[in-house]
Amino acid sequence: MSVRRSGRRVARRAALSCAGLALALVVLAPYAVMVCTALKPERELRITPPRLTPIEWRLGNVLDVLRDPSFHGWLYGSLVVALTSTAIVVLAATPAAYYTARHRFPGRSAFLLVVLVTQMFSPTALVVGLYRQFFELGLVDTYAALILTNAAFNLAFAIWILRAFFASIPREIEEAAAVDGCGRLRTLVRVVLPLSLPAIVTAVIFAFIAAWNEYIVALTLMADPSRKPLTVGITSYVTAYVQHWNQLFAASVIAIVPVVVLFAMIERHLVGGLTAGSVK
Amino acid sequence: MGRWQALFWLGPSLALIAAVVLYPAVALVRASLSRYSFTGVRQGSVGAANYARLLEQEALPTVVANTVLWVAAIVLVTVVLSLGFAQLLTEDFPGRRLVRWALIVPWAASLIMTAKLFAWIYDYYFGILNHVLLSLRLVAAPVDWLGNDATVMAAMIAVGIFVSLPFTTYVVLAGLSAIPGEVYEAAWVDGASAWRTYWSVTLPLVRPALLVAVVLNVIYVFNSFPIVWTLNDRNPGFAHDTMITYMYKIAFKSSLRDVGLAAALGVVNVLVILLAVLFYLRTMSWREAEA
Repeated sequence: MSVRRSGRRVARRAALSCAGLALALVVLAPYAVMVCTALKPERELRITPPRLTPIEWRLGNVLDVLRDPSFHGWLYGSLVVALTSTAIVVLAATPAAYYTARHRFPGRSAFLLVVLVTQMFSPTALVVGLYRQFFELGLVDTYAALILTNAAFNLAFAIWILRAFFASIPREIEEAAAVDGCGRLRTLVRVVLPLSLPAIVTAVIFAFIAAWNEYIVALTLMADPSRKPLTVGITSYVTAYVQHWNQLFAASVIAIVPVVVLFAMIERHLVGGLTAGSVK
Repeated sequence: MGRWQALFWLGPSLALIAAVVLYPAVALVRASLSRYSFTGVRQGSVGAANYARLLEQEALPTVVANTVLWVAAIVLVTVVLSLGFAQLLTEDFPGRRLVRWALIVPWAASLIMTAKLFAWIYDYYFGILNHVLLSLRLVAAPVDWLGNDATVMAAMIAVGIFVSLPFTTYVVLAGLSAIPGEVYEAAWVDGASAWRTYWSVTLPLVRPALLVAVVLNVIYVFNSFPIVWTLNDRNPGFAHDTMITYMYKIAFKSSLRDVGLAAALGVVNVLVILLAVLFYLRTMSWREAEA
């Protein structure tokens, strides 16, 4: 009896593994096309019938992109925008998350509601208004406009993640710090923040990736080719006039791989931050 | 005193939201009531004229129908598939971590890069999709997926489903994981079949997570821009645009540049999203959740 049951269990687990493997293959297949195309020499892009793998594996495409001065400009733009906006997100979200986690005060619900609504509104729906605003402020074609936009729209996730974590820290630890004469700000910086490193890392990674991948505002505001971030810049590898699909995908792979690794690190916390505590 | 203190702690966030979310929203409404020169200079107020003109646009009925189809098809198929995928991922089997990591890739990758990738896969002459389908004899001749009026919407919807699956699966998975094991034991003791247990126990209990997934997906998919923008870029006119890409074309395509009209549509889009947000707040009974 037990032998038969364990036999059935093994078969069941094998079937589940096969199903899981099939799912993984389907999800990854398009990106296999991306990687293989990125490694094809130019002449292999237009052969019929098309093949998945390159005949000649040309790693040089990646090096070409890495040496391309235009690519340097886009990479610089993406890094400046993503890093600066992430710093602003953490600096603004931390005090707000801490205060709303620890204190009841009039307007707290209203504040959290406003934060939630901003999370639902991607910049897409507001892009015409954003363009009007930055046009009137003379900030079209500046990193500042992109930095501010990304910071504002990625704030909510950071507030949810940090707030949930702060709320889970026992009050006694802070009370002990207060007895030792720490003010509220000092308690936050010296006691709470060091304990909250996992939540801060999650918030940082999420804000960085969201800004790194942002497209529509960058497409709208950045006209100077040298100041575009990666998402917009690399599309110039394939236009009506030039079609360097291999370089487009080599650049895409360079942009995607680090982000996937970072995302995998915070995978377990994503749902909590994106659904604002509604799924436990 | 208390109020000022709150302002100190919440100030930076409030300032950011006021400057980059609230102000553009106001600018959007104001633009929708104004007239602009071709170069983008405001030339005074026109009242509701832009809204009246919006209703007269020949493309509007098509665009609205496209949007409904785009959102409904993607959300429906994504949620159904996610139920299956999430169920699979609740099981313990060798390689489960690998599947979770694989699912992350379309989620983490920039949407515009994934959209470009599918433009290449769908390519009439050199795309791998036609080659695979021809080899399997599923089609008799290559299909111009993105150039044919009959296939372009379905091709875009497929990509929309592909990129929506990871988030949805993760939300449903979180809902499934929250169901206590005893519930299943009780069903088993009562002699319920696996199918019966799923219908009568699992589905009702995962309903809240499912609702959250549906509403958030409706908002995300409605707002989605890069997929339609990229895969539909060869086709002239607005036959395959959604309300978002239509708005963008009116506002920023060099031949149109009608800021007032685009802003009027922008206001409509914002109202649609607000409606979904209100529904979301009701779904998760906001006040209880945040207390």
